[in-house]
Amino acid sequence: MVDIIMKDILGTPAILVGLFALIGLLVQRKNSGDVVSGTLKTVMGFVILGAGANVLVQSLGQFSSMFNEAFAVDGVIPNNEAIVALAQESFGTETAMIMLFGMLVNILLARFSPFKYIFLTGHHTMFMACLIAVILTTGGFSGLSLIILGSIILGSLMVLSPAMLQPFTRKITGSDDFAIGHFGSIGYLVSAIVGKAVGKGSKSTEEIKVPKSLGFLRDTSVSVSLTMVILFFVVAGAAGPAFVEGELSGGKNFLVFAFMQGITFAAGVYIILAGVRMLLGEIVPAFKGIADKIVPNAKPALDCPAIFPFAGNAVIIGFLFSFIAGLVSMLFLPLLGLKVIVPGLVPHFFTGAAAGVFGNATGGRRGAVIGSMANGVMISFLPALLLPVLGSLGFQGTTFGDADFGVVGIVLGNLVKLFDSAGVLFAAIIVILAVLFFIGFRSKAGESKDGSEAA
Amino acid sequence: MKKVLVVCGNGLGSSMIVEMNIKAALKEMGKDAEVSHTDLTTAKTEQADLFIGSEDIVESLEDGRKHVVKLKNLMDKNELRTALEQNI
Repeated sequence: MVDIIMKDILGTPAILVGLFALIGLLVQRKNSGDVVSGTLKTVMGFVILGAGANVLVQSLGQFSSMFNEAFAVDGVIPNNEAIVALAQESFGTETAMIMLFGMLVNILLARFSPFKYIFLTGHHTMFMACLIAVILTTGGFSGLSLIILGSIILGSLMVLSPAMLQPFTRKITGSDDFAIGHFGSIGYLVSAIVGKAVGKGSKSTEEIKVPKSLGFLRDTSVSVSLTMVILFFVVAGAAGPAFVEGELSGGKNFLVFAFMQGITFAAGVYIILAGVRMLLGEIVPAFKGIADKIVPNAKPALDCPAIFPFAGNAVIIGFLFSFIAGLVSMLFLPLLGLKVIVPGLVPHFFTGAAAGVFGNATGGRRGAVIGSMANGVMISFLPALLLPVLGSLGFQGTTFGDADFGVVGIVLGNLVKLFDSAGVLFAAIIVILAVLFFIGFRSKAGESKDGSEAA
Repeated sequence: MKKVLVVCGNGLGSSMIVEMNIKAALKEMGKDAEVSHTDLTTAKTEQADLFIGSEDIVESLEDGRKHVVKLKNLMDKNELRTALEQNI
């Protein structure tokens, strides 16, 4: 009986997250209809996620074969949804546990520390939980110690990341109503700092006329299919029709095959997104509901598009220049002996655009351009450097896209390698987090002092 | 019951926040509606009485038959409240 509960019920991640949703719905005293449908939809979301991964992995395999044949190096497509969906088969339970307890740590920190942020970007919470689960497992952690350490790290990041950006977010939005909760935050911070350094006297991007015609790329399905079809055409062309038709497509014309593989990849991402949406549809509102009750003056930390309306032109400029930087970086990666990170439109659109907005806030046009390019370089090099610490998951042809996943993964992965004993590692991580919190307190204290002097 | 669909590019982050804001606002107004969120591609083929999203995103939903409400600032609760009062 115990075995059935521990292994089969709690060991099946889909059921585990379903239980979280069930508890969340019961705590909120929803009616029985909502409880049943919410719980079932959450479980189904997880199953859909796995189905999407199956679709995507085939196309990814074809891409890797062609890329390797054409350029004799490995090409990697950074896509958070893809890598997380692929990781769920081996790390599903750990991811779900770290996610749940990480949210609890977030609520506790918001309640008892001066950082009142509640991190509401549920898919990023899940992705970060997954990254931490993978790295700690690769480093030899398991069971209770994995979940405790993992959720402390996750919960701390959920308040540190919005707190770090808040001075700049305030400058962008002109209010203190919300924070940005998005794990591209180190890229945005760098962009804001670069903007400050280079942008003296540069005018705001909002005084230029920018064509709105690139707006259609904000539709994720469109931009994923477009990039993937173009990438597949380029790679299939470079690998040559003889190889593609002889080895991969079973005689089908190589361009038709490339087109269909590109669309298949996009279809996989679409399915995974639908799954993630269903999976989080009940958990995030429950998290917010509980946090609102427990934490007075909680400040929501929101997904990065929340700041897009404040600088519409910087969004387009940021995306373009981040993407250009990504293309240029792609040429340099193999020279340094790293795997080639193929720039994707989606990470460059969302994080490039947000970096553009931050860069513009501190350094006008010049800040937006150079800041978002800095972001573009970061999200090319960080995923490449991250691959070696991902263990077996580093060989799947895809990886995490946004800056924080790279930084957290690389730091954590190397700490795991550095310290043999779990206890020392545990202590080292707590010390690092404590230092980060201390820096946060100091700058926060300095800020409110400035504020009162100004007032 | 009316159905409200919130739309954003990915259908994950911002649309979910706005969905929660709408639910809270409707409760304050004493109104009831079915609210959900999704991405742009899916929204094009979905049925709803009201589509809400940021200007640059939901623009492409307008086909003359859909009732689309465009928000200037997605996170502005007052703008959202006004839009809801006018349309529900």
